Amino acid sequence: MKALVAVKRVVDYNVKVRAKADGSDVELNNVKMAINPFCEIAVEEAVRLKEAGTVSEVVVVSVGEKSSQEQIRTALALGADRGIHVEVEGRPEPLEIAKLLKGVVDKEQPQLVILGKQSIDGDNNQTGQMLGALANMGQGTFASEIKVDGDSLQVIREVDGGLQTLKLTLPAIVTTDLRLNEPRYASLPNIMKAKKKPLEVTNPAELGVEVKSHVTQLGVAPPPERAAGIKVEDVAQLVDKLKNEAKVIS
Amino acid sequence: MSLDFDSAQLPNPNLTDLHHAWREQLRRFIDVEIMPYADDWDEAGEIPIGLWPKAAEVGLLGLSYPEVYGGTPGDVWLGQITAEELGRVGAGGINASLMVHNIGLPPIINWGSQTMKDEIAPPILRGEAWISLGITEPGGGSDVANLQTTAVRDGDDYVVNGSKTYITGGMRANWVSTAVRTGGEGAGGVSMLLIPTDAEGFSRTPLNRKQGWWASDTATLYFDNVRVPATQLIGEENQGFRVIMTNFNSERMGMAIHMEAAARVCMEEAVSWARERKTFGKRLGDHQVIRHKIAMMKQKINATQAYIRVCNESIERGEPNPADIALLKVQASEVMEFCAREAMQVLGGLGFMRGSRTERIYREVRVNAIGGGSEEIMRDLASRQYGL
Repeated sequence: MKALVAVKRVVDYNVKVRAKADGSDVELNNVKMAINPFCEIAVEEAVRLKEAGTVSEVVVVSVGEKSSQEQIRTALALGADRGIHVEVEGRPEPLEIAKLLKGVVDKEQPQLVILGKQSIDGDNNQTGQMLGALANMGQGTFASEIKVDGDSLQVIREVDGGLQTLKLTLPAIVTTDLRLNEPRYASLPNIMKAKKKPLEVTNPAELGVEVKSHVTQLGVAPPPERAAGIKVEDVAQLVDKLKNEAKVIS
Repeated sequence: MSLDFDSAQLPNPNLTDLHHAWREQLRRFIDVEIMPYADDWDEAGEIPIGLWPKAAEVGLLGLSYPEVYGGTPGDVWLGQITAEELGRVGAGGINASLMVHNIGLPPIINWGSQTMKDEIAPPILRGEAWISLGITEPGGGSDVANLQTTAVRDGDDYVVNGSKTYITGGMRANWVSTAVRTGGEGAGGVSMLLIPTDAEGFSRTPLNRKQGWWASDTATLYFDNVRVPATQLIGEENQGFRVIMTNFNSERMGMAIHMEAAARVCMEEAVSWARERKTFGKRLGDHQVIRHKIAMMKQKINATQAYIRVCNESIERGEPNPADIALLKVQASEVMEFCAREAMQVLGGLGFMRGSRTERIYREVRVNAIGGGSEEIMRDLASRQYGL
């Protein structure tokens, strides 16, 4: 069984993101980039399925600028077998990414597609679901546990009230939640081996997709800075302020 | 001001995607597996035994060793990145203990018998066994050519008598690559012998009241008629001095890189505090006297980084210059000392309290300025090498 995993290049989660001075966008110049953490969980899950003998090949795909190949290499170092880079300029919207991934799905015919539930830059939480619709596959989103059972897939999802268990017919789409697994570190020998793994480069035209833009970003602004706190004199003053200023109690 | 550990590093065109990827993964490993526990381990005086197999798994222990023994051959830049990232922890004792095989094992790999390599290298690189290097003696340290521990041939064995001190990792070691006197006086009578620590007549005591490097185990070793098969000889008899000397270049490079990283940590903490702390109505960093301290730290750190790069480029070309490396070690310990001092001045009372990396680094200056060849010995060695 072949697994396809999508990874996205985003600002490293340790970086404190800042808005550009002109408010047009976030500052990406000289900022450390990394695999989106949810995508890393997706890679880890696929690699574990391969180690368990359930999956025979793990193909990792990234849609983005040329620099996204760094993240594909990281996924290869984590244990994926080969990479596909769909080279796109700028920042395509979730629907466009889903269409491009659909093109890759058509070509690769994976039984299982694993994506992060969302990327920490756009926070859209759309691509996996859209891909499910376009590829006409069942989907288990926000997965905290998955188990392949013959030609079906059991997915435990984290929902508001607790856990929901689904049974999906393969091929299927899974999007990962935080607790699905803890990704490993890529070891030095595996980083070296990853350099030799195949990485195919393709583009929207080859996949028969026209990338369009439907949304325009008008501006980016940092959240307002928090004002300094005060010390209250007594409980009465605290209650008064909570009631009349903060209006959190009535 | 944005002088943090990363932005304070000069560009190095030798680094490729592979090197950056290793730094990224290694930093992740360190930030999860080491950094949060560094204070506790240092106070406890040891690192947990489980850290070695984890470090082996990520490729840290095996770096630069042959694949047949479970290692990963790599260039000097991978080594530099490793030393820098471990230096960033700001707890040299953890590094000294975790990576002590890097001084004990190379003599075996470079000069030992095949049987010896096959037996000891794989478990050490898996993090399941330990090796130390035994050179310094209670009667003398820097004067290696005049060491007093003897190994006298008796049939198929050597009988070893004497002692070694300040031996890093000595309490945990399963083997010690030990410098012994097998011949006459001077450098020409020195051999290297691999001594198993379960041999009869071997004993050891911990040296656990140190100024710094608390997480590192340090020991005095005693040899009382310890019988070691002659096959345990590392290299040829009376050729040990050469083995010791080849080992020193890489040890000194590793220490220099570690010290530069430690200096950068001190600057990072000083800068961060100088931006935050307000005195006399303005930030510390807005006072000229503080700004100049930081600029001087950066100036000296820059020079050290450039010097490290030059030495590493020479090593990568196969033309190491022992004199330049010896003086690099002096450069690095002086800069570490300067930055630790100046950062402490900037941190003020905060720096005097245990808990900051700078405070600990301040206590690790001397072991770096003395271990692996003292500043005085390094200058002497360099002047001789330069033909003065």
